[in-house]
Amino acid sequence: MTIPVAPEMEIVATAQAAALGEYIAMSRDKIDEVKLALVEACINAFEHADCRDEMLHLKFRLGREPKGREFLEVEVLDKGKGFDSARVEEPTIEKSFVNHRKRGWGLQIIKSLMDEVEITSGGGGTRILMRKYK
Amino acid sequence: MSESCKVSSERRGDVAILWTDGYINNQGGEEIAREAYSQLDQGARALVLNLEKTRIVNSIGISILIEVLEKVMDRKGALAFCGLTPTIDKTFRIMGLAQYAEIYPTQEDALRGVNPQPA
Repeated sequence: MTIPVAPEMEIVATAQAAALGEYIAMSRDKIDEVKLALVEACINAFEHADCRDEMLHLKFRLGREPKGREFLEVEVLDKGKGFDSARVEEPTIEKSFVNHRKRGWGLQIIKSLMDEVEITSGGGGTRILMRKYK
Repeated sequence: MSESCKVSSERRGDVAILWTDGYINNQGGEEIAREAYSQLDQGARALVLNLEKTRIVNSIGISILIEVLEKVMDRKGALAFCGLTPTIDKTFRIMGLAQYAEIYPTQEDALRGVNPQPA
């Protein structure tokens, strides 16, 4: 699935994730967590990536581990300028009170809501791979 | 396709209840802030945000809610949330919002919380 960098396109992407989550009978709360993590990954890219093609490339995958645990995996790929995730400062609400800019929560929310998150980023763009177990 | 958030409000004494309906992103957050500031300017001491008709609040929306919280704290008022989905509840706790604003399961609980009866 490819979506343009445009307002509320992240919601279009969440519909796909929800449909796949429902297919494997994932709980509604877990589906909501996947949806919010996906929203955050999309708006991070919309705001910071400076995508050359003005598009976000998404892949959704259902799978099952050898032990039998089913999962929903979502990949968000942009062809933007990339970033060093190790240098992203961890936000706190106290810093938000002090700073005029209260943003920068996206990665923390993604990591907290998903079971596994892998971020690879460089000059060619950023790939966020997120997995949620049923 | 529009998931824009609608915001309505009602005064009960010095408490304003704000109801949201839909996705809280930057636009939804701005709608809430506009309504909240209007209520504060009209003398509301406490705000109760009932989010029972909202299933997604993104981090931009939450950053605007933090601004509302700051304004309420500056005025020595109170801000309470109710009707949160487990995911929104979890996100507010991740971001530390729950340290400065109370979270209640129902609107009635929130109204009691911001308006405690004298012993």
